Amino acid sequence: MSRSFLGMPAFPRASAATTRDTRLRANLTHATHTIRDKRAAAVAELDDWAQLRAAGAAIKDRTLRHLDHYLERLEESVTAAGGRVHWAADAAEANRIVTRLVRETGEREVVKVKSMATQETGLNEALAQAGIRAYETDLAELIVQLGDDLPSHILVPAIHRNRAEIRDIFRREMGKWGRPAPEGLSDSPAELAEAARRHLREKFLTAKVGISGANFMVADTGTLVVVESEGNGRMCLTLPETLISVVGIEKIVPSWQDLEVFLQLLPRSSTAERMNPYTTTWTGTTDGDGPRTFHLVLLDNGRTDTLADTVGRQALRCIRCSACLNVCPVYERAGGHAYGSPYPGPIGAILTPQLRGLAGPLEESLPYASSLCGACYEVCPVAIDIPEVLVHLRERVVQGGPVTRGGARVVLKPAKGHAAERAAMRAAAWAFDHPGALRGGMRLAARTRRLHPRRLPGPGRAWSDTRALPAVPAESFRDWWRRTRDGSGSGNGSTGGVT
Amino acid sequence: MRVALFVTCINDTLRPRTGQAVVTLLERLGVEVAFPQEQSCCGQPQYNTGYRHAAEPLVRRFDRAFRDYDYVVTPSGSCAAMVRDNFPRIGARARAEGRGTELAQAAERAVPKTYELTEFLVDVLRVTDVGAYYPHTVTYHPTCHGLRMLGLGDRPRRLLEHVRGLTLRELPGAEECCGFGGTFAVKNPAVSAAMGADKVRAVTGTGAEAVCTVDNSCLLHIGGMLVRQGSRVRPVHLAEILAATEADAAAGGLSTGAGAEGGGR
Repeated sequence: MSRSFLGMPAFPRASAATTRDTRLRANLTHATHTIRDKRAAAVAELDDWAQLRAAGAAIKDRTLRHLDHYLERLEESVTAAGGRVHWAADAAEANRIVTRLVRETGEREVVKVKSMATQETGLNEALAQAGIRAYETDLAELIVQLGDDLPSHILVPAIHRNRAEIRDIFRREMGKWGRPAPEGLSDSPAELAEAARRHLREKFLTAKVGISGANFMVADTGTLVVVESEGNGRMCLTLPETLISVVGIEKIVPSWQDLEVFLQLLPRSSTAERMNPYTTTWTGTTDGDGPRTFHLVLLDNGRTDTLADTVGRQALRCIRCSACLNVCPVYERAGGHAYGSPYPGPIGAILTPQLRGLAGPLEESLPYASSLCGACYEVCPVAIDIPEVLVHLRERVVQGGPVTRGGARVVLKPAKGHAAERAAMRAAAWAFDHPGALRGGMRLAARTRRLHPRRLPGPGRAWSDTRALPAVPAESFRDWWRRTRDGSGSGNGSTGGVT
Repeated sequence: MRVALFVTCINDTLRPRTGQAVVTLLERLGVEVAFPQEQSCCGQPQYNTGYRHAAEPLVRRFDRAFRDYDYVVTPSGSCAAMVRDNFPRIGARARAEGRGTELAQAAERAVPKTYELTEFLVDVLRVTDVGAYYPHTVTYHPTCHGLRMLGLGDRPRRLLEHVRGLTLRELPGAEECCGFGGTFAVKNPAVSAAMGADKVRAVTGTGAEAVCTVDNSCLLHIGGMLVRQGSRVRPVHLAEILAATEADAAAGGLSTGAGAEGGGR
């Protein structure tokens, strides 16, 4: 249980390996196309989807603009309802707080609700170092944990595994963590689910501490909301004596009325359900009902820095539905692990480099992990223009510039390894702005076209290894035009008209 | 109306016959078309790779080249989308950086008059039957920027449906990206090639003689893979189909794709 995303290679290298994994490709293509088609059908049922989408974006934008106000309001509400609020500036601080809170209970085991925030902070590893065992109870997270694996999808963390692989993991590993898999377990979904149910039931009934994230936090009332499909989350949220929720500060909405929008947008976008099956809400603590102690750990971890970027901040609208992953042709072929973070796919490509900063080769490669096809933007339920942010971050990579890190304005240097590209781009831009020189180059290329190689050396191999090079024609368009149409050499002044 | 052709740098250099087809087609429809020689590139390669500032002179150049025209017609969905979606962004960013409104004004002039070819035909000239004849089976790949940024919708299909002799074959997974993506093709060659291979498999599976798009950039990638795989399917720009007539067909077969100007293996 020690695998982590730390030290992952840059995206092109990681994805070059995964595109050759035919089983992974088959698993992902099957799964993403199934969810993609269902989502499209579920969304098409609503006449007012475009308005809901605009409302979702507007609510998030407005809340983020006044985030300081709503966070303080939330702290008051949660405290008034009997909860305790803790502020964590980064992942390490969040992990320290949670570890201390668990220690204070005297327990050595916790059950966990599926949570992206604690994946982001690496909480399970931090707890393990403190001698505390965290049991994942979401079915897919359980598969990932038992398989000593990493999640590869926001909603379906074990999407890269097929049923036979899951059966093997259950047979091999369940006994080491608790109740073993039954003899002769097959790979039928019903049998796999039953094995997981029995294995997990034992944990639910004995655990005294539950750890969760949250999909939404309502500032007005201090209510937290978890949206899930299995009911396992509700077990963890209601049975333990102590509940600790680690939640990113951008998950806030002002009022219950705002939930109306998101509880329509989220299920249809993520699981293609009309209504979410298990929606658990809780407000502080209630005598004789649910956990007696409730802690809310509010996580920043790069979010305030992201908010300072006027183009990039729209990434904070994300409600973690994963619709963008399911339509992304790059994700489908590269798989989630290549993105080097719990946030894979298009949203990960803009979230990771912002939350962590452009900290190394992986983060610098992520903005380029897209063909800019725009399918992600089209399906995003809160209208995050992911291609726009990708291009914006590319500029940050090659050009550097002022950014906010740790709350302070710093000037980022251009990333290494782009010098040749930068020179080429500048040369191309110069040539395109000097058509005389450009025409000379074109003519040279045309005259030497019989000498052009069929495969290129160096970086050009990336093109010519799989694709034929386009042949250069004998005459450019502009030369053809001058020869046949425009002896004067200038098209300016020749006007057109419908005859 | 004064109409100018923005041929695009890729077509100018590598696919001049697409530009020639646009001229032939528009003239057949009674439109006199000019070609301002001052034009060059829309700046998309620079902008999309992160070199926004390198694209700025090209925004100014576009504005200068086409200032005297009412309509700028281009046979490229992605170059039209660059003008329409990204020129205003470049202008707004320059203004936000305290560099005045000159680029924003250039964008304001360029955006409303720039049309992708099928938009110009259907929305401005209001024709869907352009009098074309192309006796071949064809499959149509809607390129991403045409599909999602411009929202071309069924315009290309309506034009193709009116081409005499043409049989349109449905392309499975048509709306999925071919994997070109400009510099994406060389920065992430493995994923790009995997996407291209799937697209080429879908194209070949239709049994069509030709695959057409509104963008030669995507077609260079798809066509390059088709050639490398020894496929007989020809990549052809939509403009060349719409420009073709009975007289062309009589002159000789499928005169498009990797023919005289085609790629080597």
